[in-house]
Order: sequence, then structure tokens, then C-alpha cells
Amino acid sequence: MGVFIGYPILETIRLAFTHPYTGEISLYNFQRLSRDFHFWNALKYTFLLAGIVIPIQVTLALGVSLLLLRRFKGSNMVLYIFLIPLTISDVAAALIWYNILTGNGYLNRILINLGLLKSPLHFFGYQYRSMEILAIVITEVWRATAIVFVIIFAGLQMIGKEYLEAADVFGASTYQKFRYIILPMIKPSLQTALIIRTLFAMQIFGVVWILAGRDIPILAGETYYWQIELKNPNVAAAYSLIIACISIFLGFLYIKLLKPEYLER
Amino acid sequence: MYVKMYKGEALKMILTYALASIIVAWILVPLGLIFISAFAVPKEYYNIRKLIPLAFTTENVYTLLFVLKAWKSTLNSLIVAGLTIAISFALGLPTGYSLARFMFKGKDTFKLLIIGLRMFPVIVLAIPFTVIYLKIGLADTLIGVALAHTAMSLPFVVLITSSLFSGIPVDYEEAGMVFGLSRFEAFFRITLPLALPGLAAAAIFVFIMSWNEVFIASVLVLVNRTLPADILVSALNAPDPLKFAAGFIMVLPAMIFVFFARKYLIQVWGITIR
Repeated sequence: MGVFIGYPILETIRLAFTHPYTGEISLYNFQRLSRDFHFWNALKYTFLLAGIVIPIQVTLALGVSLLLLRRFKGSNMVLYIFLIPLTISDVAAALIWYNILTGNGYLNRILINLGLLKSPLHFFGYQYRSMEILAIVITEVWRATAIVFVIIFAGLQMIGKEYLEAADVFGASTYQKFRYIILPMIKPSLQTALIIRTLFAMQIFGVVWILAGRDIPILAGETYYWQIELKNPNVAAAYSLIIACISIFLGFLYIKLLKPEYLER
Repeated sequence: MYVKMYKGEALKMILTYALASIIVAWILVPLGLIFISAFAVPKEYYNIRKLIPLAFTTENVYTLLFVLKAWKSTLNSLIVAGLTIAISFALGLPTGYSLARFMFKGKDTFKLLIIGLRMFPVIVLAIPFTVIYLKIGLADTLIGVALAHTAMSLPFVVLITSSLFSGIPVDYEEAGMVFGLSRFEAFFRITLPLALPGLAAAAIFVFIMSWNEVFIASVLVLVNRTLPADILVSALNAPDPLKFAAGFIMVLPAMIFVFFARKYLIQVWGITIR
């Protein structure tokens, strides 16, 4: 484990603080980043996408969990189907939604054939960047809500029936049950889900690269660009170090902010 | 259980099924549409007046696989996934077993470390791996990608196997040892067969992780690309029907696996997120 993960981390730090031309230890790579407007945009868009996508995913996952908690005929089938995107890669998910949203895609086909539109809606291309963001958000919600769902659903299933029955006895409303029993009890799962999703969101790459290329710069995309297109592993290492630091910082932040409350003390 | 359906109850059921149908459609319709587009005759696909292409052909998939030689990258992906499963099980299975069976100093710290590592951003690993591989001669090799994927999947394999082995009572092994089996024989003849379905699900989990991984693969290998890396580079210039054929090929194996192992997979996912 040390060889696989520990050594590469040290190597990342070494690369990030090494001057690409002179080989001296320096802050050159980071200075270079801070002068590059792509870096600030990448930072902005990575956080913007996480900020839009994660709340939608958590709300949706919570809703689906509450629905599937009421066992009904076929609820297991719905569960399996909702989990399918867990097995689908970001690249494939991007292609799946490109298929729907592109100029000849099914959304435009429906709208045009119903006579609602004269010319197709454009989701892709530099001049339609806000639509590109919308396409990325849809794809991410479709693809990665399942992981949030798995965690929250597992947490919900652990809530003892007695609590909810007791609440019924005392005439609690659905909202009260949700607010004072369900929500506090799934706080640990919510925390795990938020941490995992946020860390993954900081690494978002395939979906954005396929749907928007560098129109929407993101941190992992810039890492890739510096490594592959510009062949500069030092700046690329600086980027990945920044992603790692942000991830660790956000992880700690969640752990501090979301302390679990206990119903029984 | 319910003798009489009250009006409110009936309404609730209708609402439940309506919502459930929306969820199912939200997942299945986009999947179905990529299947349709992958096999649509391009002429039908480009005719926007047709709501849905109704003439089908295997031409897109054929062109992608054999004219553009995507079969090579598909094969590369399979090799990388196979190697990743082999290496991460060779390393992770004994670790998982000892975590489940033995007490040793620092066990809790070690467990915490593994749980922490599974959240580690894999992107950070990709860049140094390129530099290290140049030094040790693994640059641009599939085994190099497999090793990097192992770094990504190993924490999961350790967690899953240790949880599986904990679920099998140690008494079985001890009983076997009483009847003259060695520790290794007891493991291979008693515990391993019992854990096999779970291990298969874990292997599928690793397969999906590796098959889907694109960042590390596209940074580490420039010539012998894996399928996602190949698509990432060539998708931007390919005609649309070929993109959909690529999407179809990427989605297919994972879905087949999930169909056969869905119950176990849910259990495995449960372990990895605990």
C-alpha cells in the first residue's frame, strides 16, 4: 500500500515544487498557475458544478430512498434499475446524454416534430456554454445520484421501526417524523454521502471533457491538458496537489460541521 | 395484511407507482435511446423529421470495432481489468483475510487508513506514475495501467474480502483443522468456497472500476489505449453514430455483469461505503 500510494504522493509533491526547466526546488509552477486565467476558471467551474450537482443529488437520493422504503410490489426492481448508473462510466454517461441533447438528439426530435420548435436547441459549443453546464449537470445527476442513494438508503434501513411507530402513537405528522427522527438518524450516512460525492466532484473529468472539452475548464481537465497536451508534468502535479489539498480540506470541513446527533443519550 | 383499502391508501399507492415509473423511465429511457442510436441507420438518424430511427444496422458498431480498430482498445481494456483483478486480489485477499481472522498490533489504525485511502483522489496518483514508469520501464504499458488501477481498487478489495471472511464463522475452519487439515487447506477447502459468490461480486466490482476508469488510463498510455481513453481522444472528431456505438460498447459488459450478480453487488456496494 505504501509503495502504491505513499510513494506516488511524495513524488507528486516533489514534481509540483520542482522548476520544470532548471530542476531546482521552487514555487514556479504555482506562480505560473496563479497567473493563468484557466486555473481560476477551472477552480470556479469545479466548485460551481459541485455546488449545483450535489444538492440536487442529495435531495433526489433522499426522495427515492423514502419512496423505496415503503415496500411495494416491484420496489426491488425499481431499486436495481436505479442502481444501473453505478456501473456506467462518466465517458459512457456523457455519450448517453449527448445522444439525447445534441442537434439531432431525441429532445430536439420530439420538440421539432411536435411543432414546438422551428430549429434545434443547441447544448454544445463554446457560444452555448451555459447550456453545456446544464448538459453536464443533467449527466452528473443521472450518473452519480445512485452512489448517494446507496449510502442514504442503507442509513434509512437501519432506523428502527419502533421510533416511527412511537411517533405515530404520539400523532406526529409526516414532516415532524422526517425532521425529528429520520433526518437526525441518517446524519452519519448523509455525511458519508456528502464527503464521497464532494471528493468525486473535485475530480470530475470524463463527463466535462466529452461534453464541453475545454470550454468549461475544470481542475482535473487542466491537469490532463498540462500533462498530455503541454507535456509539463510539473504543472500537472501542481494541479493534482491542489485537487488533493482541496479534497482533504473539504473532507475535514464536513466532519467538523456535521457532527452526528443521537436520539438516545 | 390489509383487509380493506381506504381511499387515502389507494391514492397513496397510485402516487407511489407513478413516482416509481418516473424513476424507472429516467434511468431506462436514456439507456434505451443509446442502444437505438448505436444501431440506427445513419441516414435515419440524421433525418430529424423522424421521431425515432426505425431502420437498424450493425454498420456503426462494425465500423468502430474493425475499421477504426476499437477492438484493440476493447481488448486492452479487458486485459487491464483482468490484470487489475488478479493483482489486487493477490495482494488484497490475504490482507482482508488477516484483518478478519487475526489480532495484530495497529490493526485499528490500519483499518482506518484503508477506509481513508478509498476516498483518496486517484487523479493525484496518475501524474507521478508517469514519471516513475519512465524510470522503471513501464511507460506506455498495460501492466502499468493495471498497477495504477490496483492502487485505486486495493482498499476496496481489502474491505470487501475482510468483511466477507468475517461473515464466515471461524469455527468451520477450526473444525476442519481438528480433522487434520492444515491452516491453508482449511482456508482453501472450507472458507474460500463459502466466500466464492461474494468474491465473484467483488471481482466484478473491480472489473467495473477498471473498465470505466478514464483519467489514469489516458494519462499513462498513449499508444496502447484502453477503450475509455481511446474514446476520450477520438470522440470529439468522430461522427455521431460512431460515438453512440462507442457508448453502447462501453455500457454493455457492465450491464451484463450487474444483471447476473445484482443481489451480491448491492451487498458489496454496501460494504464499500460503510
